[in-house]
Amino acid sequence: MSKKIGVFVCHCGTNISATVDVEKVAEEAKKNNPGVSYTTTYKYMCSDPGQKLLRDKIKEEGLDGVVVAACSPKMHEHTFRNASKKAGMNPYHVEISNLREQCSWVHPDKPTGTEKSVDLVRMMTEKTRKDKSLNPIKVPVTKRALVIGGGIAGIQAALDIADAGHEVIMVEREASIGGHMAQLSETFPTLDCSQCIMTPKMVELAQNENITLYTWSEIEAVDGYLGNFDVKIRKKARSVDLDLCTGCSSCWQVCPSKKIKSEFDMGLGKRTAIYIPFPQAIPSKPVLDREHCLLFKDARKKNIPPNDSKVCRKCLDICPIAPVKAIDYTQEDEIITEKIGAIVVATGYKELDDISMYGEYGGGKYKDVITGLQFERLASASGPSEGEIQRPSDGKVPEIIVFIQCVGSRDPAKGCSYCSKTCCMYTAKHTMLYKHKVHHGHAYVFYIDIRCPGKGYEEFSLRAIEEEGATYLRGRVSRVYKKGDKLVVLGADTLTGSVVEIEADMVVLASAMKAQDDAEKFAQKLSIQYDKDKFFSEIHPKLKPVESSSAGIFLAGTCQGPKDIPETVAQAGAAASKVLALLSADELEREPVVAKVDRLPAPIFSTCIGCFYCQRVCPYGAIESEDIKARDGSTIKTVARVNEGLCQGCGLCAATCRSKSVELAGFNDEQVYAEINSVEFN
Amino acid sequence: MSKAEAKPENQFEPKIIAFLCNWCTYAGADLAGTGRKEYQANVRIIKLPCTGGIDPLFLIKAFERGADGILVSGCHPGDCHYNSGNYHARRRWNVFRPLLEFCGINPDRIQFSWISAAEGGKWVETINGIVDAVRELGPFESYQKLNTIGPETSGGAADASSETG
Repeated sequence: MSKKIGVFVCHCGTNISATVDVEKVAEEAKKNNPGVSYTTTYKYMCSDPGQKLLRDKIKEEGLDGVVVAACSPKMHEHTFRNASKKAGMNPYHVEISNLREQCSWVHPDKPTGTEKSVDLVRMMTEKTRKDKSLNPIKVPVTKRALVIGGGIAGIQAALDIADAGHEVIMVEREASIGGHMAQLSETFPTLDCSQCIMTPKMVELAQNENITLYTWSEIEAVDGYLGNFDVKIRKKARSVDLDLCTGCSSCWQVCPSKKIKSEFDMGLGKRTAIYIPFPQAIPSKPVLDREHCLLFKDARKKNIPPNDSKVCRKCLDICPIAPVKAIDYTQEDEIITEKIGAIVVATGYKELDDISMYGEYGGGKYKDVITGLQFERLASASGPSEGEIQRPSDGKVPEIIVFIQCVGSRDPAKGCSYCSKTCCMYTAKHTMLYKHKVHHGHAYVFYIDIRCPGKGYEEFSLRAIEEEGATYLRGRVSRVYKKGDKLVVLGADTLTGSVVEIEADMVVLASAMKAQDDAEKFAQKLSIQYDKDKFFSEIHPKLKPVESSSAGIFLAGTCQGPKDIPETVAQAGAAASKVLALLSADELEREPVVAKVDRLPAPIFSTCIGCFYCQRVCPYGAIESEDIKARDGSTIKTVARVNEGLCQGCGLCAATCRSKSVELAGFNDEQVYAEINSVEFN
Repeated sequence: MSKAEAKPENQFEPKIIAFLCNWCTYAGADLAGTGRKEYQANVRIIKLPCTGGIDPLFLIKAFERGADGILVSGCHPGDCHYNSGNYHARRRWNVFRPLLEFCGINPDRIQFSWISAAEGGKWVETINGIVDAVRELGPFESYQKLNTIGPETSGGAADASSETG
């Protein structure tokens, strides 16, 4: 019954041995502890010879438990477990005492550090005594990926996965894929036309046979687990049959509701009620906006089915498709379920559009105070003014234009402390686009700092100043107010220490990148974490930058934090490669740290009393109920059971259980009490 | 003050047990180590996946075994690796704290905090804070005396499950 435990104390060069007497730690580990049959110290346990020592001693000494007293388990737990496995020992009988991070590096006094180290080793020895053999859980893999969001991040990830030969489902909630990148005029630092580089990718996606595209659709629910997700997708009623429609444009040409603000043009342009968001939309087939459509408005007012309203049926009448028209007013939302192996979340960002919170800049007050994305639409050839810079109020070409940076970024007072990372660059680009179109005009930029870390970025920014003649003023704007048809911008130039007053025709606010409005709810649907700004969190900022907190769900693009296009594309490729690694296996192995509800012989069957408190606290819906049946089929009792595939091993159920029927493998009560009991108190 | 040589002789050195979640505070403590941030050596860490998985009986057991103070620390609200585990921990704490008071245990002997994986400095402050605070309170003798009334429980971990089961 009693285990034979080996204790291996690492010097870590001198990282540990300089402030911890490792020989004494090894000696003490053996003292008064009959279970410890072997102890040693070694210069570098993680080195090849160190691992060999571990393997050899497991075999020679017949060890069935190992404590490695070294660095944090986050560093080499995996290394030593693997080494033990090779020596034929179940790897879950290995525990790590964290002497380096918890003792030697933080307690420079040698006797103090040594005393604590002895304690830490004893705690882990006692825990090891209670360790049970565990085996990795094997789960099958559905070889199909889901990409949520059809912006550049989602498109890149989907293409990479599909090109490797796997099926991809893409879900986009707007009527077309393309995202923000399709809205941009040009891109920094090359001044490539954004649509010219974006639309080929969109077409490639549409033509890829491995990709199934659901636009005007949203994720309803995500159940299941790594390799085996069940995803419910809501296909919102489009009122247009995508299989029948040819995108001939007749319907949106006759639609009488022509004054609806175009979302794609950031409210600067107009669209009809049945519309495609922009000319290169994919699919190039319209969607009927039921909120603004006269027919649906009438039907809502009279409380009748839309098909009974006779107010306007122009789109239906003109639709040339026969015998069944492509337009269908009776279409309803449809829920479809797909089996998915891995998920890429690429839901993107939202520009800070509520600029009325910047009343001091005239945000929301004056028509000619616009956001960065609105400026992109103004400058874009496909935009409302066909690329001519005209101010929204009267269509006049602005001769003096002021750009204000860090609007909604680096402003803790407005609840947003982070830097949006792209605004310095896009403002430099805006000044250039402006100068290229309005040669006699003058651009002023108010900035806090100019941040251009990136290939060619610094040069690009300097070009705006030196070659294109934009005037950069370091300081903030205190007020923007109207004077005649001018906007007076009152600001400070902190480099000369003077107050600056500029009579401008137009003001562009470099608005922040924010998380999507529904980011929080969406994260909860997927059980992934998000940070204080509602951007989705990666597991490790350096070493696991695309992995979300839920296994099998990866992050790409600006849903994870502000970033520019090159970074977004790189991250999307990284997420795709993670998905491909998952999909390349037929079976996946998971850490066996999962909860288990006990099962006992008849007549008890289980100590579980069936209160299902565990079910109420489980964040993953991993607790199921099981009927224990008698021979005649009658139910003896209903008890809880843990679905190993869903369980992530948090232990909430175990701590909540009133009858102590649930145990968390690797951290069961016996193990924790063994640790507590072994702390030496005197 | 955390330097051992600076400490006055016969100063009471409290024993603190810290129950930490694996993802945030344990990593935060590691970061303090990586940054060579010195702190008082009175703490012994017990790592669990999540603060939500900490049974209050663990804390009682720690006191029973002679701890003078306890720290429970996990991820900040919203940051829990398991989405909601730290909220459950907080709720449990809110119920547990008045119970401790009712039993005559000074709730100041248990602290609850949020320390992220990036907050090595906060870990150091928190540990130094609780060690100093518990040193002020003195040894937790009243509970330990109770422990001597019953049968000897130091027979190791073998009997732990039967005590709690």
